[in-house]
Amino acid sequence: MPVMQRIKKPTTRKGKKVLLSKEPKPIEGPKQCIVMQGRNPSERTRKILKDIYDLKKPDAAYLTRKNDFVPFEDASLIEKMCNKKDAALFGVGSHSKKRPHNIVLGRTFDYNVLDMIELGAENFKSMSEFQNMKILTGLKPCLLFNGPAWELNEDLKRLKSLFTDFFHREKVETIRLQGLEHALSFTATDNNMIYVRSYRIQLKKSGQRTPRVELEEIGPSIDFKLRRTKLAANDLYKEACRVPREAKSGVKKNISRDAFGSKLGRIHMGKQDINKLQTRKMKGLKKTPEEQKAMRLKKKAKKAAIKNTVSKD
Amino acid sequence: MDIVNEILEREQKKAEKYKPITVEKHLDLQFDVGSLLAFDTNDLDTKSINSLKDTYLQSLSRDNTQLLLNKIWELPTERIEEAIVVRLPPPTTILPRAKPVPKPKPLTKWQEFAKEKGITKKKKDKSQWDEQLQKWVPLYGFRKAAAEKEKNWLIEVPQNVDPMTDMYEKKASEKSEKVAKNELQRLKNIARARKVKIPRVGIPVTSDKASATQLSTAASVAKASTASLGKFQDKLPKEKEARGKGIHELIPGKEKKRKAPIPTAQAERENNLNLIDSILNKRPKIDIDKAVSKHIHQEQVQRSVEKKNMKPTKGKAKSKGKGNVTNFSAKKPKAGKGQRNPSKKNPGRKRR
Repeated sequence: MPVMQRIKKPTTRKGKKVLLSKEPKPIEGPKQCIVMQGRNPSERTRKILKDIYDLKKPDAAYLTRKNDFVPFEDASLIEKMCNKKDAALFGVGSHSKKRPHNIVLGRTFDYNVLDMIELGAENFKSMSEFQNMKILTGLKPCLLFNGPAWELNEDLKRLKSLFTDFFHREKVETIRLQGLEHALSFTATDNNMIYVRSYRIQLKKSGQRTPRVELEEIGPSIDFKLRRTKLAANDLYKEACRVPREAKSGVKKNISRDAFGSKLGRIHMGKQDINKLQTRKMKGLKKTPEEQKAMRLKKKAKKAAIKNTVSKD
Repeated sequence: MDIVNEILEREQKKAEKYKPITVEKHLDLQFDVGSLLAFDTNDLDTKSINSLKDTYLQSLSRDNTQLLLNKIWELPTERIEEAIVVRLPPPTTILPRAKPVPKPKPLTKWQEFAKEKGITKKKKDKSQWDEQLQKWVPLYGFRKAAAEKEKNWLIEVPQNVDPMTDMYEKKASEKSEKVAKNELQRLKNIARARKVKIPRVGIPVTSDKASATQLSTAASVAKASTASLGKFQDKLPKEKEARGKGIHELIPGKEKKRKAPIPTAQAERENNLNLIDSILNKRPKIDIDKAVSKHIHQEQVQRSVEKKNMKPTKGKAKSKGKGNVTNFSAKKPKAGKGQRNPSKKNPGRKRR
């Protein structure tokens, strides 16, 4: 249930709805992404950003304005834009002599930067340079991480999680088998190179139920070099990874079904206090005024007797 | 047997026509089928990466995709709207959230009370039948005000009220008071939920309204701001001087505790070294001025002693004691010296 703790009430119903939609929810939808240009983006970085945007399309926004800022020195602009667009993922491209073709990928938690990783694009071939059939937008891709470096290097470990976060799209329960069309491969070598390749999956006959897989490269193909990283502290990351109770699928206790499919519940009743039980009231059992008077006198006498004994002592 | 062999052979030939779906791997892959993720921890072929990068990566990806899809095709299938779908298991990789987990809404004071007493909310109809108007009137909102207006075209002034009161105005003010009270209650509930301290009565301290301590401080400072630092100012009954952190320094005439500025590292070091030097090099210091004055004093004392011991002349024998002009010394005259108990300490000269 959404909670709104504001001092100023929203004036319009629409404003209220917008505010409520921005409130944290126990089960979140797909993360929104903003793709923006940093300081002097080169042709290559702009194309990379565009391709990232194309891959992420229904859940992304491409901001065309150039922004003179450096995310690693001052991330306030990103935090502001993420707040404005209600986004949790961002990609920024820039270009300088020191860091040519720079791509910064990152994510936020509660509109504060959680992880930020800087990658230098050394080789790049855009999606448009591969002249073949592309995939439909909004497909959930198969993510392939190759190489032991993804596990051994701490930065790459977080980058793996970041790439998964970026491209996994949405948690789904069912998936159409014919819709498995896209494969994203991330290969990390020991010298901090990350090869990103994107393929279209072709399902061929194999003479069995499971098809034979063939891949066709559709781009983008990027050779990234890992540069600077700014990773969240472990406790913050742990806090961000907390799974709410609503999302946990626990076993429901004391519920069973019988042979006919009707639901049975076992409940626990505490011991009943019989002395305080209210039985049926009857006129015949009601005390007459005389009896009540006698009772009162008796009570008084008892009290007085107790008092006397106390005073004598 | 011939038939069996024939069929087997045919099947084998059929299988040869297609490429295999099995992949040989040194180490098994890690799968997260729920998020369609495969993780290959096998070592990469560095040679092929350098020479035939794209073909190597494609073949590697193909193998891993094949393994992932093999896993997916093992899952139970369903048919939803003429599409064959598989039910995916829940994903095992936990990704960070975009926003923190929402906390439960704090109860208002009334809700807390109702919960304690077991009071439950009763559902009311949205509109009620009005006997006077002979129509359905909404409980609140659209058309309620119009109905109210129609109903109250005339309000009787009661007996106990001043006959000149405007009953409509009175009703409106009552209503606005209720609204204001409700708003105050809402703010109080928010303050309670956020654990903000607010005064029980009155309004909280803002930039333009001072608190009691601020006022008493101002009064104390004003009182002490006379030429005589408030020494001759009368006290009000039950007046208390303002107390608290930082207030003492504000009041004029109060002793100020000045803290020495924090020395720089170099200065501190120098001070400490000087201190150590002065302790270790115990050379007696000679203050020449002091030594000279001491010496003069000693000489004077000696001289006066000598003069006292000298035999007094005849003429001057009668005048004795205080009146002795010649018995000059640097010290001031002391009262009754020699006549008091010598074991007692000298109480000093007699003041006149």
